[in-house]
Amino acid sequence: MFELLGIPPQVLLGQLLLGLINGSFYAVLSLGLAVIFGLLNIINFAHGALYMMGAFVAWMLLNYFGIGYWWALILAPVIVGGFGIVLERTILSRLYKLDHLYGLLLTFGLALIIQGLFRNYYGISGLPYQIPAELAGGYNLGFMYLPNYRAWVVIASAAVCFGAWFLIEKTRLGAYLRAATENPTLVGAFGINVPLMVMLTYGAGVALAGFAGVLAAPIYSVNPNMGADLIIVVFAVVVIGGMGSILGAILTGYVLGLVEGLARVFFPEGSAVVIFVIMAIVLLVKPEGLFGRAN
Amino acid sequence: MIRTLAVATTLGALTATTALAQGIDVKLGVLNDRSGVYADLSGEGSVVAARMAVEDFDAAAKGLNVTIISADHQNKPDIGSNIARQWYDADGVNAILDVPTSSVALAVADITAEKNGVLINSGAGSTALTREQCKPTTIHWTYDTAALANGTGASMTNAGGKKWFFLTADYAFGHSLEENTAAVVKASGGEVVGTVNVPFPAQDFSSFLLQAQGSGADVIGLANAGGDTVNAIKQASEFGITQAGQKLAALLFFVTDVHALGAQTAQGLSLTEAFYWDQNDQTRAWSERFMAIHGKQPTMVQAGVYSGTMAYLAAVQAVGSAKDGAAVAAKMKEADIEDPLFGTVKVRGDGRATHNMYLFQVKSPDKSTGEWDLYEQIATISGEDAFLPMLPECDFTKK
Repeated sequence: MFELLGIPPQVLLGQLLLGLINGSFYAVLSLGLAVIFGLLNIINFAHGALYMMGAFVAWMLLNYFGIGYWWALILAPVIVGGFGIVLERTILSRLYKLDHLYGLLLTFGLALIIQGLFRNYYGISGLPYQIPAELAGGYNLGFMYLPNYRAWVVIASAAVCFGAWFLIEKTRLGAYLRAATENPTLVGAFGINVPLMVMLTYGAGVALAGFAGVLAAPIYSVNPNMGADLIIVVFAVVVIGGMGSILGAILTGYVLGLVEGLARVFFPEGSAVVIFVIMAIVLLVKPEGLFGRAN
Repeated sequence: MIRTLAVATTLGALTATTALAQGIDVKLGVLNDRSGVYADLSGEGSVVAARMAVEDFDAAAKGLNVTIISADHQNKPDIGSNIARQWYDADGVNAILDVPTSSVALAVADITAEKNGVLINSGAGSTALTREQCKPTTIHWTYDTAALANGTGASMTNAGGKKWFFLTADYAFGHSLEENTAAVVKASGGEVVGTVNVPFPAQDFSSFLLQAQGSGADVIGLANAGGDTVNAIKQASEFGITQAGQKLAALLFFVTDVHALGAQTAQGLSLTEAFYWDQNDQTRAWSERFMAIHGKQPTMVQAGVYSGTMAYLAAVQAVGSAKDGAAVAAKMKEADIEDPLFGTVKVRGDGRATHNMYLFQVKSPDKSTGEWDLYEQIATISGEDAFLPMLPECDFTKK
């Protein structure tokens, strides 16, 4: 039986698996951010608040309408995405011609307002949301107990990430989207409705945040600040992966989840910092990010 | 004739007003977290509790003109200090109430002593308020980390939980809570088999929980608070840790947190509090009124603001003025107080209010009859056993 730095392999395997699960959340969230930045040039600081909304909408669906987890998994992203579209049409669309900083400030302000409203109505301590009965329990893998729900999180997020990547990189619609980011005027001249595409893209990116929120509701505390705590890490993930790189955001999300998992075994006090240290190093060595293209 | 009568009446009315104006003016400032992590356990609810105290004390009839103001210290010592100074210097505040977050409470305690006000602290946990940094004008009403450690730590160790593993929030509060509890665990014949310092705040505790699971401990002590504790408990249940027989000890946990978790997830959890709404007819009656105004059941912190305010107003009435904070605080320490919510309360010379603490266990969902029917009382810990003994140098009644 080999040991690594005094840590038995079962423990290490367990921690790597947990890292992968956390990486799943990072991947879905950073994917949404990367899509929005790549296609709209908006640094969407409201992403964390929209993730929180996803979790709250799932709670509301259950408590006000008796709609359970599985429908919430579809409905909550649609509702949050719809909210995002309203935001994009009424407010964000006015900023496309301005510097990135304006988008960042605006979405940061929006995030504070959304969080404040939820705090006002639902308090700060959070709301209960149970794991759906179908996914309760778990399997003993020998080296750790894997709750079914966590396994589901990994599968669901991997499927969604693959779907989004495939749509953008391999389909005709994705080609239009990518072309529109390069040169919106020219794409418009070919008769493609660019503003509609931009609106739907923002909606889809936001829906991804809502989806992650529903995934998180049964295992994390559903409270108005849940997104604010996470968004900074997710931004670091996007920066490391390279702003706007879809594949980069997904891969970096998973890899950093693993790195963080290892840090929690070897140096728990530093586990919250390790991602930012990596970010600093990447920015020094390769400022455009690991998967980004230099401008 | 009628004219004379009218003049007399007017005169009478005027004298009446003057008589009222000569009553004792008292201005109370509720300083707490109104937007952050402690907003639910203190926040507006504490202001509601203070107002109820003024009403129940029947202040107006007793010649006290009480006004209450409130502010948000955002859990930042600098902001809290500025507000406290402004209140004492410019706004004529006589006493500051609540003040959760130990770092803010300690700063406000200093300023209060300097300005000769009174700090009736309900929300903060640090024992330093009545020990290392004791002040004649500080009254620490509801709980402290030592009382929580004595309640949960001792009772769980005595019940057979000999081996403890701590998940500690990696900042001053977490370390002090861990230290207090570890001392109690060892004194009760238990041992600490491991500790992991968790960065604050944290969302995912699964890694740390698995480390605790692997340690073979009987009890996993959660030396953290609020959302961190909620996350840790939620995930411990998810990873089958509680089901496998390891017990969780939430070392600082409030009824609002249990409500946030729901009885399904929180069931079986042991915790210590100074007050629970469903203890007796008096607590139920009071909490029902509180619920009607605030929409939530009161936490022990909010109940403490109520009781502390009642005791303060009685002392002000006895002294005849609210101007001299040290005199009012000394008056509060003179005799035992019979309180509707906390029972017999003795305010010691160091400002520590001692009263019973209670060990509760969270009910299972089938025993719970409503969303707030959450606790079952397991044990009562007397004030003498719960709180640390007084340091002689902090006994201000002897000075």
